[in-house]
Amino acid sequence: MTGYAIDVEGLCKSFGSRRVIENLSLRVVEGEVCGFLGGNGSGKTTTMRLLCGLLVPDAGRGTCLGIDILTGADEIRRQVGYMTQRFSLYGDLTVGENLAFVARLHGVADRKQAIGEAVERAGLGGYWSQLADQLSGGWKQRLALAAAVLHRPRLLLLDEPTAGVDAKARREFWDLIHEFAAGGMTVLVSTHYMDEAERCARVIYLAGGHLVVQGSAEEVVAEAHIVVIEAVGGAVEAAAPKLRRQRGVETATVFGRALRVTGTDAAALQGAIAAAGLEGFEWREVPPRLDDVFIHMLNNPPEGTSYGEGG
Amino acid sequence: MNGFSFRRFLAMLGKEATQLRRDRGTVALTLVLPMIQLFLFGYAINTNPRHLPTALVSASHSRYERDIVTALENTKYFDIRVYPTEKAAEEALRRWDVMFIIDIPPNFQRDVLHGDSPSILVDADGSDPTAIGNATAAVNALGANVLSRDLPPDPRFRQPLVAYQTILHARYNPEQITALNIVPALIAVVLTFSTLVSTAMAITREREMGTMENLLVLPIQPAEVLLGKILPYVGLGYLQISLVLAIAVVVFGVPVAGSLPLLLGAIGLFIACNLALGFVISSVARTQRQAMQMAQFVFLPSMLLSGFLFPFRGMPVWAQAIGDVLPITHALRIARGVLLKGNGWPEIAPDVWLMAGFALAIGVVAVLTYRRTLD
Repeated sequence: MTGYAIDVEGLCKSFGSRRVIENLSLRVVEGEVCGFLGGNGSGKTTTMRLLCGLLVPDAGRGTCLGIDILTGADEIRRQVGYMTQRFSLYGDLTVGENLAFVARLHGVADRKQAIGEAVERAGLGGYWSQLADQLSGGWKQRLALAAAVLHRPRLLLLDEPTAGVDAKARREFWDLIHEFAAGGMTVLVSTHYMDEAERCARVIYLAGGHLVVQGSAEEVVAEAHIVVIEAVGGAVEAAAPKLRRQRGVETATVFGRALRVTGTDAAALQGAIAAAGLEGFEWREVPPRLDDVFIHMLNNPPEGTSYGEGG
Repeated sequence: MNGFSFRRFLAMLGKEATQLRRDRGTVALTLVLPMIQLFLFGYAINTNPRHLPTALVSASHSRYERDIVTALENTKYFDIRVYPTEKAAEEALRRWDVMFIIDIPPNFQRDVLHGDSPSILVDADGSDPTAIGNATAAVNALGANVLSRDLPPDPRFRQPLVAYQTILHARYNPEQITALNIVPALIAVVLTFSTLVSTAMAITREREMGTMENLLVLPIQPAEVLLGKILPYVGLGYLQISLVLAIAVVVFGVPVAGSLPLLLGAIGLFIACNLALGFVISSVARTQRQAMQMAQFVFLPSMLLSGFLFPFRGMPVWAQAIGDVLPITHALRIARGVLLKGNGWPEIAPDVWLMAGFALAIGVVAVLTYRRTLD
């Protein structure tokens, strides 16, 4: 074993003339919760599909749980749990029927017990005989997660599992993810939510099918070298467009009564603020947040990358 | 919001036109299907079929017999082939090789000359009353004057004395009831609609609903998906034909002359043909709507070229060739043959083998077109 649950290099994938994944190398340490981030169309979904054998890469090689992704797709299917972005269980089957179907396909030996555990964990007990279509978004996602872990996979791939789910349900869903991780499961989870990214041991940021940065949230923020200045006290709505026109200002964003200005060079940013000639503001430098870093990356894609459509 | 707004109407019109332009299936269906219909109805379908294969059983080859055969051929309704024995001709009638048997008794010429007024037996395949209707009328119209030119100038042959008689017998359906032709065939038609469509939808539905992605990532083999999806519909298909058969027998008085288990077995193969074809459609079509549209292109020739509504023998050779490829053509023959003619295995075997070949070929295509990845 490599000590890596995922270890791939040089992955490429095109759809027609559109390059979605380009020379992607990726390593995920066994047992960690790894956040998978990137803009829409950055290749997150495609990467997950390549990892679990749903797509065949045009080039590249590597292993998932030590199994070759090119030749071991069947074995990978047995050991990986994959939760699709779009709900992909049967809306016209009940919670219990869906889980039984998946468990039987996996040939789970102690089916009753495995289903019971998954239902218990996901808190689905009260919904056992409810049709999946009648569940709300949050409960559908819990059902999908329960189905994805029924066969006790060693690696869990979750594709935007909390999109469109309310804050409380999202938090509970993440508690569940950490429970699974505590049991030794490796989790690769894609998300657009920064609070979720911060709950990951490590984040991987993808842009234009390339891996741009990886590390813990703190490391990513530290490596980005961006400067953030916050201002309060003035007319923020009017000030923002003026600041955006200044050289050295990358973004100027209104957050309620505060104005958040970012750039890569502290001196240039100060100069730009002075040049904008704004009055009545109180300025102070604040530590960058993860979303500042990602917006910076989206605005400044590394050389040679281009943004495709879709996931 | 009150009143009819031309602006809103144009907005709706423009949106609809754009969507329609992108919906190639519907455009193809509305343009291509009528063309196919035009050509099929215009060239292939013929409710007054001529040149029907006819078996002639004749012991001697006298001048009078030649006269009668020539007169029959001149009606253009009959293409006459000579069969050595009644038994061979009978077999040909059951196998759909011929539609008429003309049996001229031995010593025909002598009996005519003796004034014994011998009888020519004409056996018609009554299982398709439409096909034989005009031809039987033509036989009756021949009358006695066929021989008048060659008959000796003997006062005995003046009217009302008749030189010979024609006894016409519509076999398998003596009263020529159309229902006896249509109702057995419905077994095959009903099954085409139900089983083809349900399988065509089966995989397409998974894809459209997004459940395919989950199914693909689960450890399941194509053959398992295929069989698992198909078998419930086989059961449903059998339930369906049991119902159709029961009503056919009880309400419409359709006879069950042959073996029911044999019929049900052969129908199983026909169901397999439809399911395989439906599976190919469902692998190619991206949406359920497209699958329905593709199925239309199977239904049309199935209805028109199979011999269901229009006489198979009335169609030109090319149309019969297309019809022969369709499994429904053979299923129809089997259903009509077993129920009406009492056909057994030897008679239905050729149709069964053709269907088996179809099921196998399309089944292979079905497995090959099933994709285990999303590529």
